[in-house]
Amino acid sequence: MATKVLERKPLSLAEQTYLPQILGGMKITLRNMFKPPVTLEYPDERPDIPEGYRGVPTLVKDPNGREKCVSCQLCEFVCPPRAIRITPGEIDAESDTAHVEKAPKEFEINMLRCIYCGFCQEVCPEEAIFLQDIFSLSGYSREELVYQKDKLYELGGTLPDQHYKWDRKREAELAGNPHH
Amino acid sequence: MSTMSDDNKQDTVTIYVDDQPVEVPAGINLVEAVAVAGKEVPHYCYHPKLSVVGNCRMCLVEMGTPGRDRATGEPMLDEEGNPKIMWVPKPVIGCATNVSPGMHVKTESSLVKDCREGVMEFLLVNHPLDCPICDQAGECRLQEFATDYGRGYSRFVEQKNVKPKRTRIGPRVTLDDERCILCSRCIRFCEEVADDPVLGFIDRGSYTTLTTFPGKELDNNYSLNTVDICPVGALTSTDFRFKMRVWFLKETPSIDTESSVGCNTVVGSREGTIYRITPRRNDAVNDTWMPDSGRTLYRQVDADDRMTQYSIEGRPCAAEEALTLASTYLRNGRSAIVASGRLSVEEQYLLTRIASHAPGETPAWLVARHAEGDGKLLSADRNPNVRGALVTGLIDRIPEAQLSQLSAALESGKVENLIVVGEDITQAGISIDQIKKANVVYIGAVHCDTAQYAKVEIPLLTVFEKAGSFINQQFRVQKFAQAVPGPKGVLFGLSNFTQLLAAVSDGKDRIEPSPAAVWTEMAAAIDEFKELSFSAIPSTGQLIPADRFADLPFVEGKSLHFEPRTAVADA
Repeated sequence: MATKVLERKPLSLAEQTYLPQILGGMKITLRNMFKPPVTLEYPDERPDIPEGYRGVPTLVKDPNGREKCVSCQLCEFVCPPRAIRITPGEIDAESDTAHVEKAPKEFEINMLRCIYCGFCQEVCPEEAIFLQDIFSLSGYSREELVYQKDKLYELGGTLPDQHYKWDRKREAELAGNPHH
Repeated sequence: MSTMSDDNKQDTVTIYVDDQPVEVPAGINLVEAVAVAGKEVPHYCYHPKLSVVGNCRMCLVEMGTPGRDRATGEPMLDEEGNPKIMWVPKPVIGCATNVSPGMHVKTESSLVKDCREGVMEFLLVNHPLDCPICDQAGECRLQEFATDYGRGYSRFVEQKNVKPKRTRIGPRVTLDDERCILCSRCIRFCEEVADDPVLGFIDRGSYTTLTTFPGKELDNNYSLNTVDICPVGALTSTDFRFKMRVWFLKETPSIDTESSVGCNTVVGSREGTIYRITPRRNDAVNDTWMPDSGRTLYRQVDADDRMTQYSIEGRPCAAEEALTLASTYLRNGRSAIVASGRLSVEEQYLLTRIASHAPGETPAWLVARHAEGDGKLLSADRNPNVRGALVTGLIDRIPEAQLSQLSAALESGKVENLIVVGEDITQAGISIDQIKKANVVYIGAVHCDTAQYAKVEIPLLTVFEKAGSFINQQFRVQKFAQAVPGPKGVLFGLSNFTQLLAAVSDGKDRIEPSPAAVWTEMAAAIDEFKELSFSAIPSTGQLIPADRFADLPFVEGKSLHFEPRTAVADA
């Protein structure tokens, strides 16, 4: 195998003193000292979450405090990692929202399984589940990270509603038929 | 219906569906005929087992027949010599139009498409947006046809009609009138099949409302069939209400074990839990119906008194231990068997095999369950498989409700070992003292007094947890499949019986614990099953020769698709 011997050039005087390199480095350090920082003091500081970010899936209530989920189980069906598990239930006939008839008895999302794909939000016909801006989860056990209904509502809070579908339904019911 | 004279009466006629010739049975309507051609005519009110009313208008198609010259009666021909088709100037409803030779149908023309879009739009005008909370969603004809044949968007901006919701119209049926599309299938079912006309429409036009007649309730034992035939979610089952969405349900073909009719059913389960039982169409047995009482039988799977533990004298033990002790009993002393008409043919056959290895004569009895038949789908014999025990040779006469022979034999000590399978013999004339006298092995699904005083308890799988077959009152062998896994710790399939058989025969008589393997043995041993195999039994069942049992006084009366041999019944 042919070998080629490379010539190693001797260092110049300036290079031998090492001063130009140190000065060059100091220049960069000095420049950045007076620039605003590019990093965050996480977790004391939190980044701004952009619109449409897919964080932890949460359940939301409408501005009147009605739980929007009617446990149609479409999210459970569409969920690719099968993280969602719903036990449907019936709303009591005496309740204010009796006309909605159906609500989840239990609703759990296994956050260890969730892949944040957002299919549940996309498929929800009642706009009850949203992937909001929570991105950091931790827990001491697996059970702790299976979020139950109350936890999901606590995380979700209230979002504005554009339709008030069920309120309009009740208004129509109270108004009755025009010619009847 | 047919205008043809008797001379040229044919079994089939040729019609042209979208210009494609199809041979279809004579006398059927266009909905069925187009289905033969592999196409679909969407319909709501038409149901193959009910009368035709033609009020939904969804099945509109274009139809024409070959023309005949009025003066001469000769067929009219076009320039090319083909029959000239006289098209009806307006669309006709397919359900009320019967086929005639040479009839032409258009199911895909732009007029038909417009008709369907129009009908769908009118149906959806007052239909609420309830799909997220509606139990029918996923198996709803309105959803399906709105997607397949609808316009795709709504032009309706007015207020929808308000009608009663969440109404109880019977002990098992909930009605939502807003969802009703007024097809009247339920009304016709109650009138024509259930003989209990309690449903009707009140008010007019778009205010028409389905309701029960004053003071009446939809409480007959066939009321849940109205839920099955309701094309939308107007009638829903109160038991299944909001339990599970239908698209999660795994559907398993099964048999109703209520009576010897043997209604074909579908068991809907998810992850090992059964949620509902619905009828499966079998035109020779139950059409598309089943009794309400058979739909709650799935509760036996999780019943409070369910037995899931092998035990010896009340002490829990391993399955092998219990079966070995049972076989030791059988091999020593005179034995007898009380089997059940609720066991499958395979289990009954394996019991005969087990009995054949016991020393001496091993008599076997079944406990009869007789009640009044309703003339429809509940027969007088409430055991689903008495004929299986007859065919397999386990018994040779009609069972009785009281086991007086056994009682005497136990009393006199003629029977030392008793295998009881699936029956509580304390309810059949055997006293607890008599049970204590013998070595009783109880194989059963539920705890009962017999189990309490038995030496050995062996848990049995319910019909939903095993595969097998029953022989119904027509001597039709019908298969059922396993819907859910059995309880933890219980041997699967027929293992209880095959392992007992192996133990009794000293390991010489071994059969795989599957229905297929048992059927191979039965086909060789039983004349009626010759050339039959488990996989060869069609989903609608297989009739077997019944001549051997022609003289037996079966208790069944007339029911749907069943005529008893009256000569025998009278004798």
